[in-house]
Order: sequence, then C-alpha cells, then structure tokens
Amino acid sequence: MHPFMLSTVDEPAGAIAAHARDPELAFIAGGTDLIGLMKDRAARPERLLDINKLPDMARIETLPDGGLRIGALARMSDVAADAEVCRRFPVIAEALLFSASGQLRNMASMGGNIMQRTRCAYFRDEDDPPCNKRRPGSGCSARPGLNRNHAIFGWSEACVATNPSDVAVALAVLDATVVVQGPAGERAIPFADFHRLPGDTPERDNALGRGDLIVSIEVPAGAEGRASHYLKIRDRQSYEFALVSAAAAVATEGGRIRSARLALGGVAHKPWRLTSAEGALHGARLDDLETLRSAIARSFTEARPLAHNVFKIDLAQRVALRALQIAGGRA
Amino acid sequence: MKPTVTLARKGHESSVTPDDPRVPVSMTVNGGVRNMTVEPRTTLLDALRDGLGLTGTKKACDRGECGACTVHVDGRRILSCMTLAAMQDGKHITTIEGLEPDGNLHPIQSAFIEHDGFQCGFCTSGQIMSAVAMIEEVKAGWPSAATADVTSQVTAADLSRAEIRERMSGNLCRCACYPNIVDAVAEAAGRN
Repeated sequence: MHPFMLSTVDEPAGAIAAHARDPELAFIAGGTDLIGLMKDRAARPERLLDINKLPDMARIETLPDGGLRIGALARMSDVAADAEVCRRFPVIAEALLFSASGQLRNMASMGGNIMQRTRCAYFRDEDDPPCNKRRPGSGCSARPGLNRNHAIFGWSEACVATNPSDVAVALAVLDATVVVQGPAGERAIPFADFHRLPGDTPERDNALGRGDLIVSIEVPAGAEGRASHYLKIRDRQSYEFALVSAAAAVATEGGRIRSARLALGGVAHKPWRLTSAEGALHGARLDDLETLRSAIARSFTEARPLAHNVFKIDLAQRVALRALQIAGGRA
Repeated sequence: MKPTVTLARKGHESSVTPDDPRVPVSMTVNGGVRNMTVEPRTTLLDALRDGLGLTGTKKACDRGECGACTVHVDGRRILSCMTLAAMQDGKHITTIEGLEPDGNLHPIQSAFIEHDGFQCGFCTSGQIMSAVAMIEEVKAGWPSAATADVTSQVTAADLSRAEIRERMSGNLCRCACYPNIVDAVAEAAGRN
C-alpha cells in the first residue's frame, strides 16, 4: 500500500468538517473494501480518518413506529444475528449471511457495505487497464472484454459494472432510507436514489458528496418485511459474489398479492427494482405461476445483455420468481 | 516496499509529524500488553509477524480471500490482512500462539491432528482460529446461510456438516483437506 496518514475522530461534526475540507481524506470503518482497493491501487487517499469511535453509531434498534434503525457502524454479523432483524426482516439477515465470510462479516460495517465498489475485474486490476470508474476518460475494458458478470440493465457505454452488495438489494426492496449527516445538516436519502447509474460519470457510485457521513439506515415497518426472502445464485455455493440475486417482500390478502416488491442484484450498477412487475403482480395468486411469470417478464423488456451474459435474462426471471414464492410462503 | 514496524522501547509517545507518520499502538496480544510504533499502512498481519515475531499467523492472499491470516480481536474472528495495526489500539488480540498458553493443545488443535485436518499446514492456523470462534458464534445463536430458517432460534445441536462447511467457507485449503477439517471441527464442537 502507498503511505498515508491516519487519525481518529470521536464526534461526527469533526469527521464531517475534516472530510468536507480535504478531498484527499477518506473515512475508514471496517476497512474490508477500502484496504483491498488501496492494495489494488484503485484508491489512494492521502489521509484516513478512523470513524470507529463515533458514539452511538453501532446500535440496532426498533423505532417507536415499528421501523428498524441500523447504525452505520453496526457490523454485518451483528445485524444478521439480531433476533428482531431475523424475525421481522428476514430478507436483511439472509442477504447478510449470504455475503462474504464469517471473518469479513465481523469486520465490515453496514455503512461501508452499501458504499462498497464494484468487483469488476478490470476495475480491481492493479495493472490499471482502461476503466472509466478507476481512471475517468480511459475507456471501459469490460464492454468489449469479458463481461459475463456484468450488467443487463441501466449500463452505459462508459461502464457496465454491477454493484456487489447483497444487503443493498434487500434494503432497496424494503424502501429503506440512508440517513446522512453533511455540512448542510441531516438528510434522508431514499434507497432508490442512493446508488447511481453509471451514465458518463461511473466514477461516482452514489449520491454522497464531500463531508457526507452515513449515520444510519432506516427500514420502515410494514407487513412486507416479515414475508421477505433473499435468494442468491453464484458460481460457488459460498463465499462468492452474486451472479444474480433477488430480494422479494410480499403482503397478501385472501391468498392474493396485495403488494409485492422485487429487486435484483448482480444485474445493474445499483439494486434493480422491478417496478413494472410489482404493479402487474397486484391481485395475483401466489400459486398462479403463469401470471407471476408474465408479470415478472414485464420488467425484462428493457434488459440489454452484453456479449457474455445473455443467460442472466432467463436466470434473473427464475430467481425473482422463486424469491417471490418463498417470500409469499412467509406471508 | 514493506512498511516499517518498530517496537516502542518505553511507553507511548505520539510522534505524528508530516515527516514521520508513524503512530503508536498498544494492544494486548495473547495476554500481554505490546506497545509498538507502526506506519499507518501496516496491516495487523504484518505487525504481528514482522513486529512481534508471531509467525504462526500466515500471509497468503493478503486480499481477504483465503482466511490464512485469521486471528481473534476482542474474541471475534477477523482477517488480520484487511485491517490496520494502528486501528487496534486497546484491543485484545489472540493468535494461534495464544491458543494453548499452558502447553496443552486446544481441543480444536488436537482434533485437527487426530483427523489429519491438514497436509502442507499453511492454512491450518487460520482454520483453527476460525473454528474456535465459529463454535462460539453458534453457541451465541448466530444463524448462517446454511440455516434452514433464520426466523427460528439456532442452537449448538444445529451444527451439521453443511453448517460447518458454510461457516468455515472463509478459510480455503489448497490441499483440499476439507472433509477432514469438517470431521475435526464437528468432533471438537461435539466435545464442547
């Protein structure tokens, strides 16, 4: 790794001010993504600010209205083992448990998890091939290269990378919000607006700017939380990023879907909500496979596969269907 | 270039200047307080091996992919290659050298020998450190990706072979001793 300075901070205002005034400073919490990026020379901050001592930011708590607040410094393993999370929002616990390894889950923070950068092999390559995310303007090696693991939705000629977070897909389907403190005060970013599509600026992964500190993630209460499921398909059975994953959350009434929410992982630069399918699923019976299948297919008319990932179009629809059925079984 | 690590001769003195970015760190390692001065880029792994001479913890991938560098920080298994030594101030670290302080092998170590849970041995300390902490996670009721239903309570009786394989998946063995490793962990967990 390159040499850098390291300091610690114990109150949010100091962290925010330091980050806002110093473009070469990066926050570090668990470090499991940032240290890998630094080793691969895909991140070269001159100064790191250790935010692990910021107070009250590791709590997992139920809000008065039944919602869930997850502190940004809560570790993935603590959230996945939390009895309330497992019982009321199984999709969150499952997405976390299907991520990384036991050791990494003990280290990685929830705020850092949703900020983790793509696993595109060209982006991570320390030999520094053309990559607009790593070196803006240098081109995209994956677009004409090996792109089996890449996007089928929302990509641009500048970048075809996917977001690697599992729990982000679960949080997207639960309509969570990311609570951020910044130089202008606190704001809540709806999860759908947190991650960006690549467009012409793939170097920017999310809506955060200088001085922004994620303090918590809030998940609203709702019947859909309980009847939820995360299904992940990957090349290995364990300890691997998703080829395709799906999060589903369902509310039913008299055996029919009152509300269904679906999001996919491994297919876009952000968790990909299947909004057309969600609308078409309203009123469908959970055992009416043909109706469920055709509703899900509505969200795939806009899919644009790359040279090596055409298979993701069928796979993603099957994964979405199975996630929906399993979630529905919990309703 | 490898970062430098020096052992502090006396106490703690903060010496952070633009010319000298090294920072002091005091950790309890295997029960003893160790004061060091490290470059910020020094990983916990390099500090343990190069600074303290605790070479039982292995450096293999150095990217958080193989688990060979697994140690315990405040009782939890972590990857020492993916965290900075300077961030461990005040923490309690246990390495493989600290697992049998009275000269008796830890039950997991004995089980690895009995079940032939290794060939070359390079991943073994990481495997054992991971297994010791993993069994505690199960006792604490933590579910895993192999848990049939995360909405129900997990108990130590649920530690099936499938659960062991899933919970140990962060530790790779290039000699592929996996069946014997699973046997060793299963037996040691049962003995507990």
